[in-house]
Amino acid sequence: MSNAIIPLLLDSLASAALIFFAAVGLTLVFSVLRVLNVAHGTLYSIGGYVAASACLFIASRQLNPYLSFVALLFSAVFVAATLGPLIERSLIRWTYGKSEAVQILITFGLFLILEDLQRLIFGVQSFYEDAPMRLLGTTSIGGVVYLNYQILLIGLALLVVIGLRLLINHTRLGRLITAVVADREMAQSIGIDTNRIFILAFSLGVFLAALGGALATPTSGVAPGLGADIMVLAFAVAAIGGLGQIEGAAVASVIVGLARVLAIYWVPALDAVAPYAAMLVVLLIRPYGLFGSVTARRI
Amino acid sequence: MRMILAAAAVLILAALPVFAPWLQFVLTLAIAKGFAALGVAVLLRAGLISIGHAMFFAASAYGVAFLARAGVNDFAVLLILSVLTAALFGAVAGAFLVRYRAIFFAMLNLAVSMVFYALCAKLYGVTGGTDGMAVPIPGIFGVVLAEPAFKSVLFYLSLTLMVLVGFAVHRYLNSPLGHALSAVHTNEIRLEYLGIPVWAVLLIAYVVSAALAGLGGAIAGFAIGRVVPEFAFWTASGHLVLIAVLGGIGGVPGAFLGALFLELLHSAAVTVTDAWNLIVGVALIIVIMFMPQGFYGLLSRKEASSL
Amino acid sequence: MTRPILQAKDLHVAFNGVKAADGVSMEVRDGEFLAIIGPNGSGKTTLLNICTGYIRPKSGRVQLDGQDITQLSPRAIARRGVARAFQIPQLFSAQRVIDNMMLALAAKRGLWSAVRPLETAARREEAKALLELVGLADDSERISSTLPEGHRKLLDIAVALALKPRLLLLDEPTSGVSALERFQLMEALMGALRHQQITALFVEHDMEVVARYASRVLVWNAGNIMAEGLPDKVFSNAEVRERVVGVA
Repeated sequence: MSNAIIPLLLDSLASAALIFFAAVGLTLVFSVLRVLNVAHGTLYSIGGYVAASACLFIASRQLNPYLSFVALLFSAVFVAATLGPLIERSLIRWTYGKSEAVQILITFGLFLILEDLQRLIFGVQSFYEDAPMRLLGTTSIGGVVYLNYQILLIGLALLVVIGLRLLINHTRLGRLITAVVADREMAQSIGIDTNRIFILAFSLGVFLAALGGALATPTSGVAPGLGADIMVLAFAVAAIGGLGQIEGAAVASVIVGLARVLAIYWVPALDAVAPYAAMLVVLLIRPYGLFGSVTARRI
Repeated sequence: MRMILAAAAVLILAALPVFAPWLQFVLTLAIAKGFAALGVAVLLRAGLISIGHAMFFAASAYGVAFLARAGVNDFAVLLILSVLTAALFGAVAGAFLVRYRAIFFAMLNLAVSMVFYALCAKLYGVTGGTDGMAVPIPGIFGVVLAEPAFKSVLFYLSLTLMVLVGFAVHRYLNSPLGHALSAVHTNEIRLEYLGIPVWAVLLIAYVVSAALAGLGGAIAGFAIGRVVPEFAFWTASGHLVLIAVLGGIGGVPGAFLGALFLELLHSAAVTVTDAWNLIVGVALIIVIMFMPQGFYGLLSRKEASSL
Repeated sequence: MTRPILQAKDLHVAFNGVKAADGVSMEVRDGEFLAIIGPNGSGKTTLLNICTGYIRPKSGRVQLDGQDITQLSPRAIARRGVARAFQIPQLFSAQRVIDNMMLALAAKRGLWSAVRPLETAARREEAKALLELVGLADDSERISSTLPEGHRKLLDIAVALALKPRLLLLDEPTSGVSALERFQLMEALMGALRHQQITALFVEHDMEVVARYASRVLVWNAGNIMAEGLPDKVFSNAEVRERVVGVA
């Protein structure tokens, strides 16, 4: 049994890690900007497209294949640096203080726009370049073969949790963010440049999403419709953990990963249902998510 | 005056397929989506935004397909039963969901609809998976029509239902119950203190909205001849909200006008550009940004309700 | 005249350790116009919240006509003929003034008609008459959020009156109302109460209003009743003058 379930577990956790990158960005943006960005999943897929294009370029020019790791990271940075401030300044800022309905609609409009732009730029074919995964090879423990890339993904996700926690608790920027999350008006009145915090937080969210997309290309590739799929999955994870809760998103992605393993083990047909079912159950019992609460505004 | 305008609009719609037969399908589908958008608009009155109503649209269309597979072959029976299915679905889901507000209501509707979507897509043996299920051409009072004739009947029936159901919903929204629904958005505390059970007001609205979405779904199923899980995907729900909001300023006719406008524009636009969603997205954002007080006060934040 | 409609017995409630009601017992008698006065934050609004089922006391009971209503919801208590006007007006602010009134009138009968319009000639008449009574006749077609604060306050009271309650609880009816309109409002209110034979309890800060209109006064301080009786008797109590009325 364990021989069958451990690779499955690793596989599920690795894909949960990818969703986590998207979910933690979503939750971070929600926590700081108080906006639920429905277009967040598309930023993930755009990250994937940019990274895949870069990796394919590296492969076609027969450059050093290890450059593709650099390409994955820089694709995410590139997407975050270009789209992050642009979207926040032009659209998202307009929705501050508006009702949730308006925020959802505006970002849904953004979702439609980005999906079409993505299709116009990258076409409708899927992109796939697995050089980074092949380069890392496999590890064999006790007769079971593991993909090192998947272990890397899980490690990176953990690194992101720790990194974000360190950023928020131990840097000046983190303290500013915490202040803005706790009380926006108060933060403004003591002279914190909230606009700058919003741009930075939003761009960081975009970076995490795009990084997830970039890291996903060597395993599953990118194709049209990925953004919409990832959006709901990221959303499910963020909602289970409690919107705005970073560690919550991490725990929730593990829960979703495990739920998927159990589903595959018992009712293989239902693996795709697992994350949504988990979200439904959690939200019905605790609408604020596992780690959220009605009043707490913390990050 | 408004009655005359509405009558003229309906007559023009009725006449259009005579001159441009290809429009018949587009218009039927537009009316179907109009029903569903009207369902979403009913809930918007209470300030509740559902990103999940495509589920009821799909549930009803699947209902038709299942009933047809089980041997039910009468158009009227199929239509009524499938709408009842959607309403029943709405009653069950609504019983849980009307306790929630704002973003939680939106999220839970999304969650329920995605469970439904995933089930439809994955239960290959039951629902045909992503291939979906065929919706055969039913008999009408025992008469089996050829496809073109049936599609014409479907169109004119949809048009008739649009007028009748639209009028009924208009009555509902103007009734005490409908006003209480709008009042949920502005002040729940006062409603409670008036002795009005808010949950019942919302549950009725939820069932009405699910039935409307179901009616649209059944019509769409018949028109397309197939139902696929994509009917229930969250982006489909998003589009329904979009139509409801774009047409929202026009009250009940607004939902249908919004749907007709979008579908007609769509069929015109696809011949020129393939950036259709881009155009819709930009339009949506512009409408929301530059309509300062539209959409039933959707833009105004709820007043702080403290005693 | 002295039969109690509403009785509160030994109410205890605390928020974060601060006692808002500390063993309070009081009653509202049929036909009276009972004023509750006391410093800010002494728990007067809390009493109204408990009596209308908005919050539950930690211990103690509330009885309406001898029946226990402590655990009932605001909705159930409203249906038993207790209406409330709020310190901060609770209105359907996106709706017209007349619609606020008509919805309240419809609520009185149960609003389970989904086919007949809210606005009928009869209901409109009735709504108009009540608006006339509180002096809002000219505002009936306005959206209620556009009303000045004082008028919103009046509308809030009119909405409560539309329920034709037996008992009306008013939370600072004259706060936010200009000094000029204050007595007009009270005259109109007293007229309506007499006309519809409504018993009322009101929390009030304006001692002049209390002195002129209240038939009995309860003085609330630090979660308990420190004095009660006829207005002039209460106002002559030295401790009350010092702690509450603000004149030594």
